[in-house]
Amino acid sequence: MPKVLISGSSCQRLTGGRTELEVAATTFRRLVLELEQRFPGLGKQVEEGMAVAIDGEIFQDAYSAQFGADSEVVLIPKIGGG
Amino acid sequence: MAKHHVSAVINGEPTEFLCETQQTMLDVLRDEIGLTGSKEGCASGDCGACSIIVDGRLVCSCLMLGCEAEGTTVTTIEGIAQGDHLHPVQQKFLEHAALQCGFCTPGLIVASKALLDENPNPTEEEARYWLAGNLCRCTGYDKVIRAVMDAAAVMRGEKAA
Amino acid sequence: MNYISSDLKVVGSRPIRPDGVEKVTGRAQFGADMRMAGMLWGKVLRSPHAHAKIVSIDTSKAEKMPGVKAVVTSKDLPHIANEEAFVGEGPMNFRDLSRNCLAWDKALYEGHAIAAVAATSQSIADAAIEQIEVKYEVLPYCIDVEDAMADNAPVLHEDLFTAGVEPKPTRPSNIAKVVTFKKGDAEAGFKDADVVVEGRYTTKAVHQAYIEPHACLCSYNADGQVMIYSSSQGHFMVRAYCSKLLGIDLANIRAVPMEIGGGFGGKTLVYLEPVAIALSKKAGRPVKMQMTRDEVFRASGPTSGATMDVKLGAKKDGTIVAAKQVLKYQAGAFPGSPIGPGCMCGFAMYDIPNVDVVGYDVVSNRPKVAAYRAPGAPISSWAVECAMDDLARKLGKDPIELREQNGARNGTKTHYGPTHQNIGFLETLKAAKNHPHWKAPLKPGQGRGIACGFWFNIGGESTAGCHIAEDGTVVATSGNPDIGGSRASIGMMVAEVLGVPAERVRTIIPDTSSINFSFLTGGSRVTFATGMAATQAAERVVEDLKRRAAQIWEIPVEAVEWKDGKAYPAGSNAGAFEPLDLASLALKAGRTGGPIGSELSVNAQGAGPGFGVHIADVEVDHETGAVKILRYTAIQDVGKAIHPSYVEGQIQGGATQGIGWALNEEYIYDAKGKMDNSGFLDYRVPVASDVPMIEAVMVEVPNPRHPFGARGVGEVPIIPPMAAIGNAVCGATGLRLYDLPMSPPKVRAALDAAAPKLAAE
Repeated sequence: MPKVLISGSSCQRLTGGRTELEVAATTFRRLVLELEQRFPGLGKQVEEGMAVAIDGEIFQDAYSAQFGADSEVVLIPKIGGG
Repeated sequence: MAKHHVSAVINGEPTEFLCETQQTMLDVLRDEIGLTGSKEGCASGDCGACSIIVDGRLVCSCLMLGCEAEGTTVTTIEGIAQGDHLHPVQQKFLEHAALQCGFCTPGLIVASKALLDENPNPTEEEARYWLAGNLCRCTGYDKVIRAVMDAAAVMRGEKAA
Repeated sequence: MNYISSDLKVVGSRPIRPDGVEKVTGRAQFGADMRMAGMLWGKVLRSPHAHAKIVSIDTSKAEKMPGVKAVVTSKDLPHIANEEAFVGEGPMNFRDLSRNCLAWDKALYEGHAIAAVAATSQSIADAAIEQIEVKYEVLPYCIDVEDAMADNAPVLHEDLFTAGVEPKPTRPSNIAKVVTFKKGDAEAGFKDADVVVEGRYTTKAVHQAYIEPHACLCSYNADGQVMIYSSSQGHFMVRAYCSKLLGIDLANIRAVPMEIGGGFGGKTLVYLEPVAIALSKKAGRPVKMQMTRDEVFRASGPTSGATMDVKLGAKKDGTIVAAKQVLKYQAGAFPGSPIGPGCMCGFAMYDIPNVDVVGYDVVSNRPKVAAYRAPGAPISSWAVECAMDDLARKLGKDPIELREQNGARNGTKTHYGPTHQNIGFLETLKAAKNHPHWKAPLKPGQGRGIACGFWFNIGGESTAGCHIAEDGTVVATSGNPDIGGSRASIGMMVAEVLGVPAERVRTIIPDTSSINFSFLTGGSRVTFATGMAATQAAERVVEDLKRRAAQIWEIPVEAVEWKDGKAYPAGSNAGAFEPLDLASLALKAGRTGGPIGSELSVNAQGAGPGFGVHIADVEVDHETGAVKILRYTAIQDVGKAIHPSYVEGQIQGGATQGIGWALNEEYIYDAKGKMDNSGFLDYRVPVASDVPMIEAVMVEVPNPRHPFGARGVGEVPIIPPMAAIGNAVCGATGLRLYDLPMSPPKVRAALDAAAPKLAAE
């Protein structure tokens, strides 16, 4: 099962301090739904406030972004710019 | 208080306008005459975006009252090109990519023309100090100075346009 | 399609930009250049106090003045609950945005908008402002982060509780949130280190200082439809924010993108438009508003000032084993400093096994911060890159070699989680090491410094179009305001795909009702994302053109090739047909399917991060403390320079803003919390005589996710200059300066303080 690393501390309150989670999802959309189910509020926080980096590539808004069992999946705070 | 009636020659055209006492020449150009090429960046004479030439002298139009234009000859950015013939400074600004957002560009071009009218062969240092009154936040001035030096060479006949 | 290895004819050349002539002749229309019949002038009344309760606002006298057609306060905007949304640049709290545009119950900074009037002339509007009577209950204020974080600090928001701490606090605080990023075990790493350096670094608030003040002309029609003419870094953002703040449907707002006179992040939100629309609605006439320079400084977002503690630990051989950073950033009156990116960028270019970063987002009584070119990163790198230099000195290592040894490469895991892929940091360092500047001899009293920078760059939603006119010439459309030459690069990418010269393509930026949504211009994303959309739109047009040629020649479409702007039969078997160029095909457009064109939207992913390395030579005047920049070289991985002149321009411009940040720029406050230097005379940005030529060296490690290999370039170059100059000053004087800006009085004070010590040496 893919491991998801949650970077930064903004989600820790919702996950009870856990920063590494195993998930059954293989798309970002499914990941968000699964996280919301396991930790109410977390899915929304992730969808609205975070970007997902899959094997190093950052996706900011893509439900269809896919990952496999061996992918490195990291949730990082959304990035803006100037 | 009644407005003042002012007559001046602007970009070669005899022009008349009405203005309030406290309106600056910049206000008049932009809001009364409709020449919006000169820009307001600070209204305190620090940024040069409003630069015009009055009776041969480079001036911040925000530091001059509209009434003071009475009887003067004024050149603004709109009067630098001759018909569809760009002035060498304008042409070189384009070739050297000496503008990014373009907001400070009218002031810089008027100031550069005034420089080269007075000193056709400036050193890089002289050009930088002359143009120190024109702030640019986008370019870092590198390509601006290159464009001015290149235009100067063209105007001295040392190279083809 | 990917053109990275192709022979390119247009991309990489330097044509004159399509909007150039109107800009050098003064014809281009910026935010304040529009006028409409019946137009009124709007002006804002601003708080004279840094922190105050607004007890009452009496607008009756102003309303009665002849020529005054409307007066508004926050009561004229819908009340918004505490709601965040992502229609703009990062999370935007619309309640905060609304009360920043017009204050609710409190004035939170000197300059905070309290009320606004619309009148028939500027002078009447100015006089009317004076007639609005506001009763304030003045409160104690705080400006600097340390003061705002203190236990007894005046609290700005009674409903703000620090997020990111457990258990959830019960007392309100000025600390909006705490973020942490950890990798490995930093404490253990430091114990293992042979050499440790540490330092406390500070920066002051600096403004983006675009030369064009904010300006707009808004017209609310009786049927609820609104026209907005304004300059911004995103007219879709303007539309969205005004829709949210005024409760108007998006389709009822048409935002027209005027030319923009600089933004650098500071125009990724709105200040005047919602107020102008409210005034226009009340007055029944269009309302024009423009900020004075004084208002721009006092009431539009500069970036954070900050306090940082940094610590680095390394083995004798130069391997960095531990890194720690504590960052405290000013957010201004409402939460939202760039503390997240600040925490992520400082160490992002290094491969360090144990990292501990903690960041604080702190509100205080100063204008709400807005994004400024790589928000958060320049501040963070000021501390880290100076510390790296101290480490190099302590280890006796060359500063470039120290960075090469510890530099991130493909496969390096960052301290904030993801692994770097397809990056060009080592190539950039190598280019710096091999550059003649690095080895040029220095005279006594001169110093040389280097520093690096990293920025993610973003992609996102963009729309672009490609339309073939009936004579075969091309119009390209971009959903993004052009802040530095993107019309040229987008047109060039379209020209390359179509196989025509750059001059045959004209690029324009349609308003929000005339093109589909595009995320704003910022985050170094336009050449990447909008360029991707434009390339794909042109490719669709080429496929369509081939289909039409096939129809004309009565051959299968697979038998048609497109090359150099013409359709050719592919091989002699296809038939001996004369090639058909754009003009010939456009002539037959009606008969072959109708008008030829494509508008295409993407959500571009895979924006490649950028790295920069800058080298600065300085000389310090010991009498005045003035630092003179003798030579400056900025090296950056740009992926692929679509129009090299505009890429160089971004590098030179960003470096110069960094030079200003390093040497002169700062917000200076008086004893009442008011800004003392709200004009260009005393808020000193670099002028032409302050800087030498800036050599921009473009290293091209292509980003495989962009059709031409482009990476965003605009933001990286502002990150290295402060530390590059700080390190050069250290080289020239032997002194480490910790506080920005390194202005003459500060440098002189440091020299004086060190004089006894230096004399003894």
